[in-house]
This record gives sequence, structure tokens and C-alpha cells, in this order.
Amino acid sequence: MPGEEDVIRRWRSLVGARSESVVNVVEKGAVRKFAEAIDDMNPLYVDEEMAKSSRYGALLAPPTFPRTFEYGKIEGMVWPESGMIHGEHRIHFERPLRVGEVIICYTELKGYHEREGSDGILGFLVLERIGESLLGERIYTIEDTAIVTPSVRRSLKE
Amino acid sequence: MSTAKPLWKMGDRLEEKELPPVSRLQLTKYAGASGDYNPIHHSDEAAEEAGLPGVIAHGMFSVAAITRLFSPHLEHGYVKELNARFSGMVFIGDALAVGGRATAVQETEEGHLHSFQVYARRGGDTVVSGTAAFLVYGD
Repeated sequence: MPGEEDVIRRWRSLVGARSESVVNVVEKGAVRKFAEAIDDMNPLYVDEEMAKSSRYGALLAPPTFPRTFEYGKIEGMVWPESGMIHGEHRIHFERPLRVGEVIICYTELKGYHEREGSDGILGFLVLERIGESLLGERIYTIEDTAIVTPSVRRSLKE
Repeated sequence: MSTAKPLWKMGDRLEEKELPPVSRLQLTKYAGASGDYNPIHHSDEAAEEAGLPGVIAHGMFSVAAITRLFSPHLEHGYVKELNARFSGMVFIGDALAVGGRATAVQETEEGHLHSFQVYARRGGDTVVSGTAAFLVYGD
């Protein structure tokens, strides 16, 4: 019966593996819904007329919106059923993301490391999530860290 | 919308913004808008099973709250960078306050890049801390 050590060995072996590319569209309706949900109805997110006459020439997506896209699956990756904690979120934009754009997204497992916590070993899975234009130009890079708590670790199985 | 171009100097504070208490409806909307349907963000039973004292907000919901510090200046530039570390949980009924302070201004080809230390807090507890960079276009 494979257990936590097998899963962790798998994670370590998958460092550097990336998913297939997934096409996403920055949809006007999805951005409006998101702006409503974060209670930030900035005209540049929702008012098309205003946005057209702005320097951007189009509506923009909020800076936390890219986390909502599909990034594909890393083959062989095993995820705990539940209980992982979001530890960190980093995003770097080369330029603002515009509504209506078609973007190519993929993810890569950047690392797995551990630290001794007060209740046992804490694991840290670091995932990069990338958005590119159809021409292959980088638009943004996300780095998310997910924490594998000792109780999640005990629940791991392949 | 027409605001003056922001001119932050090192050490300038971003005026702290107090947000209304987090409601279950808002978290439900956020779940739908983000696609994150983890039940700990809407179901009391699921939260309890996970060992939590109650339903908690999505971490990214608090990061989005921080971006509201820069939203009023979007016509002059954009958020170039966010580095957020989650350090606390946000429960239904909690009112978040977000704020920050300018730590550096750098001239780049694109414009003036302003760096900030930023935070989201509930009362005296910091729930998100980190840095942000906002690029103000040169023209």
C-alpha cells in the first residue's frame, strides 16, 4: 500500500515537470463577476465605453484574476484530497492583462521542500503558473506555494 | 473617472482602507467567480471537519482586497507585482483593513516603478503581508 513516503518521492521526482498548454480567454462576463465578488467595480474592469477611450483601449482584468484560469495537469502529479493551505501567492506582470485576450497557460512544479514545524514536518509545494500571448510572449508569471500540513501528510496516498 | 497621477515618495503611506465585514454571500460569489469551490469556504460542516472554528475566506480574496489600494490609480498605471504571504485566517463577519507604505521609487523604461510594503489585517492580526509594485507610466 503506497503511503506518504511514496507520494513525497513522486513529488521530488516531478520537480521541473510541466503541464500541457491550455487555451484560456479573458472573458468580459467572467471579469465582471470577479470584480463584483471582490467588491471592486473599477470602470476599467467593467465599463467598456470608458475602457475603450483609456490608454489601454480595452477592459482590464484585476491583478488577482489570472489565478482563476485553467493551467492544465502535470502528468503523474498526486494531490491531497483536501486540507492543503495556500501559503504564498506571487505574481509578476510584464504588462496588464486585457479582456478579450486569448492566452496560453501552463504550470510547472518548481520545487518541493520541507521544514520541521511545531506539530511535525511541513511540506511546501511550489508551483509556477504562466500566461503567454498567442505569439508566445510572456504576460505574467505566478508562483504559488501550497503547504502540506502534518495531518494532510498523514492522509497522503497514491 | 479621472484621478490625478499618483506621486508616491519613499515612506509615503497608502491610506488604510476599511472594508465591510466578510459575508457568506460574498464568499459564495467569490467561489463562483474564481472557480474555487472548496467547501471550507461556504459549509460550516466542512469547515468543522477540517478542524476550523468556522467558514474561512479564500486566501486570494484577501489579496484581492489589497489590490484595491491601487485600483483608483489604474488609469495611470498597473500592478506589476504582488508578493503575498498568508499568515492568518479570515472568518465570516471579520472586517479587513488594507494598507501599505512606499519603500522605493525606481525609474524604468516603462515609467516609475513604485514599491510598497502591503498588508491586510483583521483587528490586530495580520492575515496577509507582503510587497507590491505599481508602475506609473512615464507619459
